[in-house]
Amino acid sequence: MREQETAIAVRDLCVRYGQYEVLSGIDFTVPAGDFLAIAGPNGSGKTTLVKTLAGLLPAAKGEIVFAPGIKLGYLPQKTAYADPRFPATVREVVASGIAARKTFPRRLIPHDKERIEDALGLLQIEDLADKRIGRLSGGQQQRVHLARALVDNPSLLILDEPTGALDPRSRECFYSTLLHLNRQHGVSIVIVTHDVHAIGEYAASVLYLDRKVLFHGPLAEFEMDATPQHYFGMHRRHGNHEAP
Amino acid sequence: MFFEMFTYAFVQRALVCGTFIALSCAALGCFLVLRRFSMIGDGLAHAGFAAVALALVIGASPLALAIPLVMLMSLGILKLGEKTTLYGETAIGLVSSLAMACAILLASLAGGFSVDLYGYLFGSILAIRESELVLSIALSTAVILAIKVFYRYLFSITYDEEFAKVSGIKTGLVGKILILLTALTVVLGMRVVGTLLVSSLIIFPAVTALQLSKGFRATILIAMACGAISVTGGIAASFCLDLPTGATIVVVNFLLFAAAFAFSRMRG
Repeated sequence: MREQETAIAVRDLCVRYGQYEVLSGIDFTVPAGDFLAIAGPNGSGKTTLVKTLAGLLPAAKGEIVFAPGIKLGYLPQKTAYADPRFPATVREVVASGIAARKTFPRRLIPHDKERIEDALGLLQIEDLADKRIGRLSGGQQQRVHLARALVDNPSLLILDEPTGALDPRSRECFYSTLLHLNRQHGVSIVIVTHDVHAIGEYAASVLYLDRKVLFHGPLAEFEMDATPQHYFGMHRRHGNHEAP
Repeated sequence: MFFEMFTYAFVQRALVCGTFIALSCAALGCFLVLRRFSMIGDGLAHAGFAAVALALVIGASPLALAIPLVMLMSLGILKLGEKTTLYGETAIGLVSSLAMACAILLASLAGGFSVDLYGYLFGSILAIRESELVLSIALSTAVILAIKVFYRYLFSITYDEEFAKVSGIKTGLVGKILILLTALTVVLGMRVVGTLLVSSLIIFPAVTALQLSKGFRATILIAMACGAISVTGGIAASFCLDLPTGATIVVVNFLLFAAAFAFSRMRG
């Protein structure tokens, strides 16, 4: 049997804010095609971990190795969309997802425009394309930002608590899109979430963190594991392990 | 009288020079206002005034000395904001007041404010020379072309700097380019409306356009149009009504903003 390809390998990662060590001895790998949920209590370093993976924070020690040629998509926890006055249309925001790889003279060619339309179509927001981003609901804006993250066809998508501001229906819709990307397009997903339901429903594996890795493995094993039980109180699928 | 003024060479020079500078100020202003960095124009103008005072004391060309010095100071303001616990606008305030103090000290050493120095403090667009006109057109065109070339990067860092960085844009470098272009434009703008009012050329057209547009590219184009209208309208009004040109340009800018604001309120 062929060994599964690795999308990210994290080795002995340590991240500090000044003298304060936020993460230490972090070791894990994400196989290509995985749907990994990163969970843990507040202040456990989840956002710090994904920001370090995304290259926004430097590692004090250790290394992060990405598979050769991997293309990263990122959906940050906070984006500028909170400002309703920002004068950008949905199409302009989605187009900014391919800005980095545009070389001089940086014009959008027909192929780019096709990809923008594809991303809008995938997220079912074609009818919002010419609307001002600040006028949309939280759920619609989050779909726009997911389209922006997807427009460059990433093979790995990192999302930091993307559904915090969404109502249950929008959240369900959002996760269904992620699952579709994961299953149909083979996009590896790494998502920070507090959403117990989403972890149970969609994740293939879980990394439970509290400044160090307390659990990393398949969802089925996570549900059997005692470590995070006090925090999650998850609905168990197995009778002997029902949460109180 | 209205049409007669266009026959004067000094008015023609003022219109052409002012329009080019207003176009570049307005385009940059859209990025600066949305990045909450709009007061940088004010800070850099004060730094420019100190550089002009120094140039007049040592007998150098004011623009030739002010442009590189203000560009350096703009990078200093960025560094000060990044490397210290100061907020961006605080760093601007520090550099701005220190530069103004230096300008006053230099002027005092030179025996008081000369006519040339007053020209940079309050603006003297009607006294623009041929060489300044050529320099202003060339540099303003360079600024507008640079904005066009870096437009997608500038939009990305303005909308969401974190995402831009992850997607591979060198956000630090693009931020520096934006601030250097601003420094260049501010020094040119000092000649039009003066040190005290130059930030109005950056802020007013941008906030006026923000009232009217829903897209970013359209906002920039509307801002540039507002900048050009305010300069031509201001020069014309000041000539006909015998008013100070710089101040009249700012008042026209305000009237455009007020009209846009009222229109956007009515539109809902």
